[in-house]
This record gives sequence, structure tokens and C-alpha cells, in this order.
Amino acid sequence: MQSDEGEIGRLMRENYAWIAPLDPARSIWGATVEPRWVQVLLTGGAILFLGVFLFVPLAAVFGEALRNGVGAYAAAIAQPEARSAIKLTLLTATVVVPLNLIFGLAAAWLLTRFEFRGKNLLTSLIDLPFAVSPVIAGMIYVLLFGAQGWFGGWLGAHHIRIIFALPGIILATTFVTFPFIARELIPLMEAAGTDEEEAALTLGASGWQMFFRVTLPNVKWGLLYGLVICNARAMGEFGAVSVVSGHIRGLTNTMPLYVEILYNDYDFAASFAVASLLTLLALLTLAAKSVLARRSLPSREEPQPKQPARLVA
Amino acid sequence: MSIDVSNIRKRFGSFVALDDVSIRIPTGELVALLGPSGSGKTTLLRIIAGLETPDAGLVRFDREEATNLSARDRKVGFVFQHYALFRHMTVFENVAFGLRVRPRRLRPTEQKIRARVEELLGLVQLDWAGQRLPSQLSGGQRQRVALARALAVEPKVLLLDEPFGALDAKVREELRRWLRRLHDELHITSVFVTHDQEEALELANKVVVLNKGQIEQAGTPEELYHHPATPFVYNFLGNVNLFHGRVHDGKIYISGTPIAVNSGHDLARADGQSAAVYVRPHLLDIHLTPNGGSSFPATVRHINSAGPTVKVELTSQWGDQVHVEIDHERFRALRLEREKQVYLSPRENKVFIYQI
Repeated sequence: MQSDEGEIGRLMRENYAWIAPLDPARSIWGATVEPRWVQVLLTGGAILFLGVFLFVPLAAVFGEALRNGVGAYAAAIAQPEARSAIKLTLLTATVVVPLNLIFGLAAAWLLTRFEFRGKNLLTSLIDLPFAVSPVIAGMIYVLLFGAQGWFGGWLGAHHIRIIFALPGIILATTFVTFPFIARELIPLMEAAGTDEEEAALTLGASGWQMFFRVTLPNVKWGLLYGLVICNARAMGEFGAVSVVSGHIRGLTNTMPLYVEILYNDYDFAASFAVASLLTLLALLTLAAKSVLARRSLPSREEPQPKQPARLVA
Repeated sequence: MSIDVSNIRKRFGSFVALDDVSIRIPTGELVALLGPSGSGKTTLLRIIAGLETPDAGLVRFDREEATNLSARDRKVGFVFQHYALFRHMTVFENVAFGLRVRPRRLRPTEQKIRARVEELLGLVQLDWAGQRLPSQLSGGQRQRVALARALAVEPKVLLLDEPFGALDAKVREELRRWLRRLHDELHITSVFVTHDQEEALELANKVVVLNKGQIEQAGTPEELYHHPATPFVYNFLGNVNLFHGRVHDGKIYISGTPIAVNSGHDLARADGQSAAVYVRPHLLDIHLTPNGGSSFPATVRHINSAGPTVKVELTSQWGDQVHVEIDHERFRALRLEREKQVYLSPRENKVFIYQI
């Protein structure tokens, strides 16, 4: 990064040079500007760290995936088992993300618009999936719905399969990804306050009109941001899904599980080929995330127009 | 439309916001709800708007019960202290909002909406700002947009919650006069909340003074200013000096100095009781020599002559701080300076006495 004295520095230099010759490194705002060698050291350290822990592994994934050529790569992805894993992952995300959209909106609405007993408890419970290891989340569902679980007998009698089937995968994924949208919305809705909503009501808007025309537009970028990271996690979840899926090839293998199976079978090229798809998803998510994060910040006040406030004399 | 509020009670947890409040607001009035923070004035306004439900009591519009009507169905215009403009909509869309959310059969055509919004933006002198976002306007401009938005739905009642509270002094005064003219033009029943006595007295036909959830006094600005019903009202409507005295032989004595008293006060029956004597700073005279039996000595402590009147701070002989305002001419004639010993006397018939 180039160190720049900036606008203030220029003004100080031009107008106050007679007070004392200004050296950018020891000027009045010098207290917050580090010496050059510290800047280089810190920036260099950060880049080195990122290189070793992010860029090299990232490159390795794509390198390994394409080791046997583009043909092998395409073949690995075109395999029926791979296609079934991709389909299952997409299906899971398609169900889980809308579910969490509704849960997240409802939870954020409840927690920011109403006062009630146990509100603090509920607020911390929303974070539970963050605090609990995903494996344990999976175990909870096995305990509840597994053949030996609390509801296992009843479910078995009615021929309903939850564990080692799609419903289990969806339940576990929903649990793990629940906080993303709610956590994103709560601070935004809290900051937005209720004034605009009350204004909408006094202007004759119905509850739904208020929600769709005032509440939602105010949080839309934050909501999209939440959706993107929720989706990324839903597609990438390993632990919880691994416990409830049963790893049935072509049936209950999601992409992350399939990658592991291929790897354990020493089929590295195919394993990395599928992994590269997940990595691609991660990169897309990152890009979308950075765009949305900028948008979801409250827009900075723009300078006032130089228009006179004309009042009737 | 007239507003009738009767026996309203409202508490938030253990805090009593309103305690048996009743007011009648006739059609076309401009009424101020005046009081310090926590006096319940905003709560009362929000109850009238339907944004808050009272624990007990009734709200009637034109003698029709409206207590259980939702904010949406009350057809009141509400202006918020912090404008509450829809930040993602242009100024035009903000004003059009109330028309656009109407049920299809009541909704005006796009053309009519456009015409109405432009008319309103003209009324608030912001016709140039239709395509701007609220964040691009100044505070005073935003509040005028909020007013246009509230007026768009042709409300029968206009409610304003500290509408000028967030603006700086100059803009506030301008907007105040402007609102007065607007009310004279539209004659819409309006209620505004304020903690600024000057604003209330200048703007309203009728002022309701609230304190601790109860009405202290309601009346015209003149009535309130010249005939305050309680010490609180006298205190709240301007600066005031408080002296403690005792009634004796039909006169009030403050540390042995008899004070001239309005004949309207019946002191004969209060003999021997203590009394609080309130005198406004500009109703005290400063003399260089004792002025008959009715003056008391004081020492000048501070003089501020930067303003339309000269403000003098003194210490009375019994140690109370006393504030006096005199005009510049009198100030020059007296040749006042710090630590000078002078004599104060309240102008006759201009003290406010409250027996305790």
C-alpha cells in the first residue's frame, strides 16, 4: 500500500508550512501512521500467511483436479454417483435456504419488534447451532428419529424414513444453517427502528404492505448477504450431514460426503474434481458476499444540495 | 374533525405515563401538548394516533368511538420527530406512499397520484426535490417532506410529535411560522407535542400543559401566561424567581419585607400561613435607594448586557439568587456594576402567590 499524506496533509503543507516544516512521518497525525518498515512487515506477513494457508491450497485443489487432463475431470463429474451427489446437494440447498429465509425473518421480526419474557434466552438459543459441533447436531436427530431413537418406533411403524434419507439431511442442514439469516437481520432491523413502519401504518398500509414496501427493502442487502452465506454453508456442510446420511452411494451422498468417499478410495483426481466444484462455489460466494456486504452497510450521508430552502414570505 | 379524549390511563411497567387525562379538541384548532420529558405528552399523542393502546379511557373522533380503531383506519396524519421518511424511496415516492397502498378500488389513477404529489411538494416548496432521496435533504427539508406525506392522504387530523425537535434554532423558527400559515390555510385539526414553551405559546390556539401524566392546565396562550393555575405552569412558561414568605395581616412578608400583592388574592383567611411568591425576572425593579416599604436589599453578582435586555444576577439579603431583567436605558441610568448594593421591588400586582 502506498502511504499518502492525503488531502489534509496537502493543505497543512501548503498553508501551515511557516509553522514548522512538515515531515509526513512526524506530523500531527503521525501518531496513527506507522513507520514504513512496520507497514511492510505487517502487510508482508499477512500476504505470506494468506499465501500459505489459502492460495496454495486453492491452487492445489484445481491442480489436482486437472492432473489427468480436462477429459478425466469432465468424466469424474459426469459419473452417475457424482451427478447424484450434486443433485442431492442442490436439492438440499433449495429446500433449506427458503426454510431458513422464513425462519430467519420470523425470528428477527419477533426479537426486534416485540418485548416478551424469555427474549434474551431466545436470542442466545438462535446462536446454539454456532456453539454446538455439527456432529452433535447430527447425533440429536439420530437420537430423535433413528431406529433406536425416541420416535423411531412410531416412524418405523408408519414407514417414514428420516435418518439415512433426504428428510434427515434437510433437517440437519437446516439446523446448522439456521443462525445465518437471523443473525444478519437482527442488528439491521434493530437499527432501522419502528418509526418507518409506524409511518406506513398511519398512512393506511396493511401489515403485509408495510412488510413488503418498508421493512423488507430496508434490510434487503443484508438479507441477500445472509442468503448467500446460508447457501454456502448448506452446500458445504459435512459433519451433521455425515452423521444422518448413512453414506449410501447414489442416494444419500452429498457433495462433501462424496469427496471424502472418493478420497478414501484413493481416487484423488475424481475427489478433487468434485471438490473443485465446491471451491468454485466458495469463490462465487466470496465475490457475492463482498459486493453485498458493501451494499448492506447503511448508505453514507451524501452532501446536502446547495438548494436554498425557499419559504413563502 | 374534533377529538375527544376521556379518562385515558396508560402505564409502562411500573411507570405511569398518563393518569386520567381528558381533553376536548374542537375542529380546526391548533393545540400544543406542552410538558417536560416524561410528562406523557408523546404517549397521549400516540394514543390519539392509535400507535399505542390506552389501559383505560376513550378516544372519540367527531363523537364517534375510535379507541379500538387501528392506526391504519384512523385516517390521521402523523409526523415523527425524526421524520421517519422511507429511506429507500425518493421524495416523490414517499409522498405518494399513502395513495399507492390504498385498496385498488379506492386508489387514484397514476395520473392523479402524480398531480397530487406534485401539488403537495409545491405546497411544502420542495417541487425540485421529487427525485432525490431523503438522505440528500437537510433536516428542515426532510420534515417538510414528512408533512407533505402525511397530508397526501387528506387526514382529518394532523398529529405532530416534536416536529421541530431535531432541527437547529433558525430552521425551527422558520418552520414554525410556516406551519402556522399552513394551518391557517388548511384549517385541519392539529395537535403537536413540544417541550419548548415558546414554541407552544407562539404556535398554538390552545395549550395543554402536562406534568407527570396529568393535565396541569389547558387554555389559550394568554390565559396560561397571565393566569397560571399552578406553580408548575408559572415555572414552565418562563424564567421565574421564587421567594418563601409568610402571610400576616393581609400582607406577605419575605424576611420582614412586606410585598405588594394583587388584590385578587384573599389573604385574610390565610393569616399565619406560609406562601410561595413567584416573580418573573422582568417584573422586578432595581433601585439605588430603598423604595418605600416594599423593597429589599440585594447585591449585584453578574451582569450580561449582550441581548435585547440586560440580565442581572443578584444575591438577596437572605442569600437567595435573584434574576432580574431590565432594559438598556434603565441599566445605563443605574450605572450598575458588580458587588454594588441595590434594592429590589416587585412591580405591583404582578406577583404570583401560591399558598402552601
